[in-house]
Amino acid sequence: MSHHDELIATDILGYLNAQENKSFLRFITCGSVDDGKSTLIGRLLYDSKLIYEDQLASIENDSKKSGTQGDNIDLALLVDGLAAEREQGITIDVAYRFFSTDKRKFIVADTPGHEQYTRNMATGASTADLAILLIDARYGVQVQTRRHAYIASLLGIRHIVCAINKMDLIDFSEDVHNKIESDFREFSKDLGFSDITCIPMSALDGDNVTSKSKRASWYQGPALLEHLETVDVDTGTLTSPFRLPVQWVNRPNLDFRGFSGTIASGTVNVGEEIIVLPSGKRSTVKEIITYDRNLDQAKEDQAVTITLEDEIDISRGDIICSKDHPAEQSDQFQAHLLWMSEKELFPGRQYLFKSTNKNLLASITRLKHKVNVNDLSLEPGRNLILNEVGVCTLSLSAPIAFDTYKNNRTTGSFILIDRHTNATVGVGMLDFSLRRAANVVWQELDVEKTQRAQLKHQKPAVLWFTGLSGSGKSTIANNVEKILFDMGRHTYILDGDNVRHGLNKDLGFTDADRVENIRRVSETAKLMTDAGLVTLVSFISPFRAERQIARSLLEENEFIEIHVNTPLEVAEARDVKGLYAKARAGKIKNFTGIDSEYQEPLNPEIVINTVDMTAEEAAERIVEYLKANGYLDTVA
Amino acid sequence: MSQLTHLERLEAESIHIMREVAAECENPVMLYSVGKDSSVMLHLAEKAFYPSKPPFPLMHVDTTWKFKEMIEFRDRRAKEVGMDLIVHINPEGKAAGVGPFTHGSAVHTDIMKTQGLKQALNKYKFDAAFGGARRDEEKSRAKERIFSFRSEQHRWDAKNQRPELWNIFNTRVHKGESMRVFPLSNWTELDIWQYIHKENIEIPSLYLSEIRPVVEKDGVLILVDDDRMPIGPNDVIQEKMVRFRTLGCYPLTGAVQSEATTLPEVIQEMLLTTTSERQGRVIDSDAGASMEKKKEEGYF
Repeated sequence: MSHHDELIATDILGYLNAQENKSFLRFITCGSVDDGKSTLIGRLLYDSKLIYEDQLASIENDSKKSGTQGDNIDLALLVDGLAAEREQGITIDVAYRFFSTDKRKFIVADTPGHEQYTRNMATGASTADLAILLIDARYGVQVQTRRHAYIASLLGIRHIVCAINKMDLIDFSEDVHNKIESDFREFSKDLGFSDITCIPMSALDGDNVTSKSKRASWYQGPALLEHLETVDVDTGTLTSPFRLPVQWVNRPNLDFRGFSGTIASGTVNVGEEIIVLPSGKRSTVKEIITYDRNLDQAKEDQAVTITLEDEIDISRGDIICSKDHPAEQSDQFQAHLLWMSEKELFPGRQYLFKSTNKNLLASITRLKHKVNVNDLSLEPGRNLILNEVGVCTLSLSAPIAFDTYKNNRTTGSFILIDRHTNATVGVGMLDFSLRRAANVVWQELDVEKTQRAQLKHQKPAVLWFTGLSGSGKSTIANNVEKILFDMGRHTYILDGDNVRHGLNKDLGFTDADRVENIRRVSETAKLMTDAGLVTLVSFISPFRAERQIARSLLEENEFIEIHVNTPLEVAEARDVKGLYAKARAGKIKNFTGIDSEYQEPLNPEIVINTVDMTAEEAAERIVEYLKANGYLDTVA
Repeated sequence: MSQLTHLERLEAESIHIMREVAAECENPVMLYSVGKDSSVMLHLAEKAFYPSKPPFPLMHVDTTWKFKEMIEFRDRRAKEVGMDLIVHINPEGKAAGVGPFTHGSAVHTDIMKTQGLKQALNKYKFDAAFGGARRDEEKSRAKERIFSFRSEQHRWDAKNQRPELWNIFNTRVHKGESMRVFPLSNWTELDIWQYIHKENIEIPSLYLSEIRPVVEKDGVLILVDDDRMPIGPNDVIQEKMVRFRTLGCYPLTGAVQSEATTLPEVIQEMLLTTTSERQGRVIDSDAGASMEKKKEEGYF
């Protein structure tokens, strides 16, 4: 590559020393399929002389085969990576490109403009400080432009460049350029951008990309590259409060205990007082250790290890904060959520939550509304599908220390992971704490669960019957209750059909409603357990994830999962309520076993095979289990 | 106060990635190929965990055709750093006498390198393996995640990669599945050289020019590294001032004629040169998308 720096040839050591102090900028480019985005990046690489001769020869070759520019080199081919994409002629994922000038090193996230790939743009934007929005001068601000601007804003990008491209096709008209600029400024005035720079250009011909164009003499601003080299994106986070999320506890021997992590914001000095969250313990920084030397001070983005004056218990996921400005703590939030999975989001379902080195369980307790990313309007909704953005309330299994995303992109962001597939299904930004954790303190009652149970001389438990419609759940549960009642036990049956007549009569049979149905019943069962009852829950409850939630609401050994395992053919042949016939005839939609999935339990406490035994035998078998496991021991 | 420089940022990012693996993965390993990128990666690992030793072993998949100096360098460096070194050689390949001269570069690379790596990962049940690949090396790499998921068959599915946002990495795998982790993803070749210079990192002397015995084969200068090199009647062993831009199997790695005997001179030549780094590798001279195919099959 032919860097044109004289120093390279004459004083290589001087050159290397100068290069060591370059700054760094990460940006993304976004535009629709034909806005010329890949051509623009190709042009930046080409004009910065960062393309080797063999790479150029290779794309010259490709240009003749699949290029769109006739005999000219198709610069877009430099950046269109994967073979399948080349055939389709579109970019389908996030690609990272690198180039540098004497002032800065750049990392470009090349993100696709294709409608269904919002998630890729969000991925590129999450680590970028600046976004270049490509606008075709012939068409002006389009739906896609609005979407890209919104996502950039959502992910916290404050610096925008509108690259008004293909100006050569409209004779570099100043009027057209100014109209587009004012349209964009008007539309984006509430998106929180700190600066917007509009540049008229032709990526194809190179106007205003790396050097000023003579064809747009009316334009007084910088060419794109000059702007990128000089724009100040120092977001002021060095002056933000100190945050060190502990990533790894460093214990080479018994005498050393250090806390390693990357500083998320602010600075820290030796001798400074800190507070550790969530424990709230305080201490003073003893040393800031790096492999090279111990430091007096460390700052944002540095990966360090610190030791403290006092021996306090700190583990991965804790956040070490400045004493005077600690992070907030909560387990209930409002958050913006971007869904990234083909499997839709259901409020109520549990996901793994990962943020700043901390892993917890989370459930979306409520989807307040969806955001239409095209016109920013709010829409009601029960679930989120791939590429949708929603505002939701989020509940965690334990409190975390955090900052709002607006204040801190590191301590305010999180991802959601599917517990079964391990896929990253959603990403989110914390808006604020709902403060329920702080304000709605659990009302401590004088009479406790164990006392109520003692009064009844029994151990409370939930017997959770799951199985297909017509498998015999309710009949068996009914028999079990009769036996327990005769033994003098206090019981109650929550039956799927009966509950749908009252508590859950507003719910239908879509997947989202089924999830909510089970969530309400789980909470009700929990209250009954608290009251000291033996509760029999007889629900199809087809999804593992919801049964798992019910289990996690209760204490260990309080939840007994009973799989009433009747094969579909047998249940359908019985068809006690005539429902299978209706479902087969298409009169009932979303019927479990027919057109809705049933997920068998993986490790149920009890499996009942109703082909081999009667409902009475099954009930006795369950009571035997309760006896054998101490559930029916008389409590003194 | 100024923000970090670009090299400081890259260093911190790599350290963050390594610590995340150490904290979350059960049985990680660092693949060590003895080249300049591996040297940088090893140096970063020492920094990441200091004063502890890096909490994982090094592993080298040896094809038995590496430059002699690479093997000496590897063994010495592992000892100096105090990390365990696992060396794996594909036993069937070795028994069958597979080599580039007898079986050709494609077969040799597949059996001794790709299959050898899969064997080793299966044998030791590693759930995460660090590799020194960079996104600027090759077009399909530019789209690969830093934490790159591999199926039980070690396959990479370009269309089904996990979204990777901020610096939050999803490290979760089921039994048998694994992660390839690339802490140098965002480094360029120039960054690597600048960092080696700045940090004074030791690299094999093969990167520096000296008089070496070479034979020209199909227009490529091949080092006569040992007596397994077939010298035909028309081959002439010449003493030339040469160095290597990448290190691999000596019969598959072309030397370049150069006067650069110091690191700054090597960087100077690289900056003034007009062909990219991978051109010296025989494996890349196939069709444009060959690396992507190889990766889907499990090549690192």
